Amino acid sequence: MAEAHVVSNLVVALLLAAGVAVGFFVRRNRLWSEAAVDLRRRRPWALLVVALYVAVAVLDSVSWVGGAEAGEDVVAAYKARSVLDRAFSDFVEASYSAPLAEAEFYGGAPLVYPGRHLLGTDILGRDVLYMTLKGARVALLIGGLTSLIAIPLALLLGVSAGYYGGRIDDVVFFVMSTLASIPGLLLLIALIMAMGRSTLSVCIALGVTSWVGLCRVSRGETLKLRELDYVQAARALGVSEFRIVLRHILPNLMHLVIITFVLMFSGLVLSEAILSWLGIGVDGSWGQMIDQARDELSREPVIWWNIAAAGSALFGLLLAVNFVGDALRDIMDPRTLREDL
Amino acid sequence: MSVALEVEDLVVSFPGVGERTPVVDGLGLRVEVGETLALVGESGCGKSISALACLRLVPRPGRIDRGRIAVGGREILDLSVPEMRGLRGSEISMIFQEPMTSLNPVVNVGGQVIEAIRLHERVSRSAARARTLDLFEQVGIPDAEERLDAYPHQLSGGLKQRVMIAMALATVPKVLIADEPTTALDVTIQAQILQLLRDLQRDSDTAILLITHDLGIVNELSDRVAVMYAGRKVEEGGRVDVLAHSRHPYTEGLLRSMPALARPGERLAEIPGVVPPPDEWPRGCRFSGRCPRALPHCPDQPPASTPLPDEHRVWCHAVAEDVAS
Repeated sequence: MAEAHVVSNLVVALLLAAGVAVGFFVRRNRLWSEAAVDLRRRRPWALLVVALYVAVAVLDSVSWVGGAEAGEDVVAAYKARSVLDRAFSDFVEASYSAPLAEAEFYGGAPLVYPGRHLLGTDILGRDVLYMTLKGARVALLIGGLTSLIAIPLALLLGVSAGYYGGRIDDVVFFVMSTLASIPGLLLLIALIMAMGRSTLSVCIALGVTSWVGLCRVSRGETLKLRELDYVQAARALGVSEFRIVLRHILPNLMHLVIITFVLMFSGLVLSEAILSWLGIGVDGSWGQMIDQARDELSREPVIWWNIAAAGSALFGLLLAVNFVGDALRDIMDPRTLREDL
Repeated sequence: MSVALEVEDLVVSFPGVGERTPVVDGLGLRVEVGETLALVGESGCGKSISALACLRLVPRPGRIDRGRIAVGGREILDLSVPEMRGLRGSEISMIFQEPMTSLNPVVNVGGQVIEAIRLHERVSRSAARARTLDLFEQVGIPDAEERLDAYPHQLSGGLKQRVMIAMALATVPKVLIADEPTTALDVTIQAQILQLLRDLQRDSDTAILLITHDLGIVNELSDRVAVMYAGRKVEEGGRVDVLAHSRHPYTEGLLRSMPALARPGERLAEIPGVVPPPDEWPRGCRFSGRCPRALPHCPDQPPASTPLPDEHRVWCHAVAEDVAS
């Protein structure tokens, strides 16, 4: 457990490196860089919002031990805390307080930080803005990790089924149909129950239930591409089957992968919110915040800022991602792509 | 002269109702070094399948049942899959009909030609790139340097076909199969591409198997002509013999239905009916159902080859009787 923060730091470093590498590739490749420029032109604000969420998530993922005096808070001194944790360190009250309130919501006792809790505090006096920001990391983790599980699986099975056909196709199609015929939510719950509740098992469960769509799409597209003239031409030039898949099939599926990834991402974050509502979500997610705030809505006077903050944060991310996804589809769909370039 | 491509008794079949139906039935072809043989016929007569068979690329569920194919003296039907892969592109290449769809849309055209070169030769990227540049200039692509990095959608149809030709010629093949290389292009570009093929052939002595249904192109480019109907050869000979002194009723029908040869104001001649589907081919001469000179025994007995002067041969009962009498 002590090494968890080291792993997290490494993952962040790896992801940043991958991001830089992808950036370089996009810059060098004319088709991709044109698409990137087009995306920036069409959806500057949505991209900015997504970037903000990512920045917050990164700030919450880089963590290290120390920095607090051992005398004050023993736990804090030996626990890895992220940049975000440090910024909001000791920013707590005794209980509920409304956004920017000067006093506690119940009883009216004076606050430690009067007027400084932008989104108020929750039942344990924790700053709601801090909790909401921490949710960004969880949401991106769910969307990202699940995609990392689901997309390679979907592509591997979809492309091999479409390209080689025959027995492989039969098996893949059988698995897909079987999975698609089980109610998704029930399967999710069953899988999470079987693997135990953890972030990883939730992601694996979401991955298992969400790869079918992309698999079906990539199988169909591969079936189409396999018969195309340039694949035939590559065969006539003596290109090996493996290389044909690598160079002529996969790159022509990339637009589908990216569009599916972006649209799937918002679906995954939403699914996790539903799972949290059922009590089997990931700790610290917005879904869990919403779940915990359910009862607060029936209080009189109502405690609205918890659910409002988590709901808005979720809504903002999904809206921005969907905006980007729609623009990407317009830009990268081959039917609309070729003409206007 | 030595033989570059030789096909003997080739049978390619597809699964039909019940048993497999041969769509190419006992085809024989010979293309000598530096020579162009035109394989002519209507859509669906099996000419493209025959061409693909020469690369052992008959699309599934089709299958080569019988015959022998030799490229530069090597029997290709006996080769292993990797050996065959090594042969494709280096000894025998193909230019496809549709330049619009024969290039990968997400790879720049230079990269695709470089890939073709590096598949068969161990050369560095930069050397392959230099070669590609040469090839582009050779096939007459203007601003070749710039075009190397262009994507297919940025090029016109004529330029794409030139890129395809450059790709097929990248490793100087002995045999080039051109499957309707100009069908998708407009007339002025057609003439340029044909000229280009002629020049390339003169420079490197490539044998060309030209597949087309356009007799105008046959006349422009070919040395010898083989006419196919419903999976079988019906007439073969030198260009002038076949085009100017054709004997087979099918070849005559083809020639008569060419707009360029029709007199103004006169209704264009046509061959009545359509090519029957492979499972309805008669046992004898397959053209008998549409033939104006059909004899009673035509549908039942396959015609034998009737030799005429200058290696001109016709497979037709009626012509055989003409010659005999």
